[in-house]
Amino acid sequence: MTHDDIIKALFDETLVGNAPAVLELTKTGIADGMTPSTILFDALIPALEEVGARFERGDFFVPEMLVSGKAMSGALAFLRPLLAETGAETVGTYLMGTVKGDVHDIGKNLVNIMLEGAGFNVIDLGVQVAPEKFIAGILEHKPDIVGMSAFLTTTMPMFKVNIHEITKAGLRDQVIIMVGGAPVTQEYADVVGADGFAADASTAVRIAKDLIAKKRAAVSA
Amino acid sequence: MHTVLSSPGQTVTIGHDQPFCIIGERINPTGRKKFQLQLREGDLSAIEKDVVDQIAGGANVLDVNMGVPLTDEPALLSKAITLIQSITDVPICIDSSIIEALQAGLETYQGKALVNSVTGEDDRMELVLPLIKKHGAAIIALPNDETGIPATAAERMVITEKIVRAVEKHGIPLEDLVIDPLAMTVGADPEAVKITLETIYLIREKWGLNMTLGASNISFGLPYRHALNAAFLPAAMSHGLTSAVMDCRTPLIVESVRAADLLLGLDPWGSNWITRFRAMEAAKTAAASEKGV
Repeated sequence: MTHDDIIKALFDETLVGNAPAVLELTKTGIADGMTPSTILFDALIPALEEVGARFERGDFFVPEMLVSGKAMSGALAFLRPLLAETGAETVGTYLMGTVKGDVHDIGKNLVNIMLEGAGFNVIDLGVQVAPEKFIAGILEHKPDIVGMSAFLTTTMPMFKVNIHEITKAGLRDQVIIMVGGAPVTQEYADVVGADGFAADASTAVRIAKDLIAKKRAAVSA
Repeated sequence: MHTVLSSPGQTVTIGHDQPFCIIGERINPTGRKKFQLQLREGDLSAIEKDVVDQIAGGANVLDVNMGVPLTDEPALLSKAITLIQSITDVPICIDSSIIEALQAGLETYQGKALVNSVTGEDDRMELVLPLIKKHGAAIIALPNDETGIPATAAERMVITEKIVRAVEKHGIPLEDLVIDPLAMTVGADPEAVKITLETIYLIREKWGLNMTLGASNISFGLPYRHALNAAFLPAAMSHGLTSAVMDCRTPLIVESVRAADLLLGLDPWGSNWITRFRAMEAAKTAAASEKGV
């Protein structure tokens, strides 16, 4: 198998969510001298981007997104230590959590999978995340983005509380804040002072990347 | 065990020996952008069509949720209930996670309402159950708590036990407790529906309580959801589910529920089924003769 064949096979097997094949091909590639970044950026990430595009078009469904994401995660677990050794740059760090008072996590977990698939380093604080836990997470992990999920109209006001506390702690300008969840709208995101909103997992990845690119451009300008 | 709901002109009985109780899910702004905008401007006119369509589709009870962000939900819910009760005698399921909205809804509603919902969290039960007791309403309770949505039937049973004790402590008869065994999408977890079915079975065996759930959840993220919903409900019914907050505007789904009623002995001698068939035939004949003219 040439390296090009491996890239092509990795892309195809990730797309259909064949986890054992994706892990095997990844190991074969590394043993044959391919760099971990090549495998990640030329095969795995483009495959998950394709999954996201198909999902947005309505050609792919939630279980397909999940199995592709899981296949990618398996390979990523193997690649991560190697990537750390080579000092490859990640797309960004994303700190995620469902707000206090809310235990819903299916949507949040989907977003996590798609973010990992896009090359983000995702730190998931779980459900019922209180403002002080978000703040501790920001201090510990220095994320580029903080994502908050809420599924209920009663728990959505926690976005505002969290953003207020993050601002009070003097950390607001260090992070991009994104919000989401079934009842959340763009208008609501604007009202609470979030930087971004997405209605589904795939759009969330696109917006996360855009917001990071904008912020980095603003910093370097 | 019978949970009896009522309006000034109608009574609905939920029970293991009764035909399945269909609670129409449609009056809910979540995921309906246009409806959200209308409600925010105080325009409730879309509700009238939802009421008519759902009753025509076979709803026995109507769920009413006015969870629009950035509005006065208690006032909106109260207004919606008054409007619906001026159109129909079909009883209402008052749906909100905001206590003030539940309170406003209960104060407005004429009759005995079903309230959707309370969780097994102590502080929520302490707030909601006295309201239920005061108004003599029935309550839907979800067996999840502060720590999350339990992944196993056994854990859901533990929280249900806790809910049963709290309901008894507040002097509410168990007839007026309806457990929601939690339905999640099978698209995100292949075991999700199996766990729900197991929970339904265990709750029926242990307490004989009535149960309801958000039936459309199970097919979230999947194509051709109607067929999945239509397959799920009869399976849930055979495990002991006695009602569902569900899509009743899709004939396929309602027909599978009514077919299951007959197959499970809840529609003796098929009298409802046959009446339904005759009504459909009559409608077809009427439509054909209209075309002929």
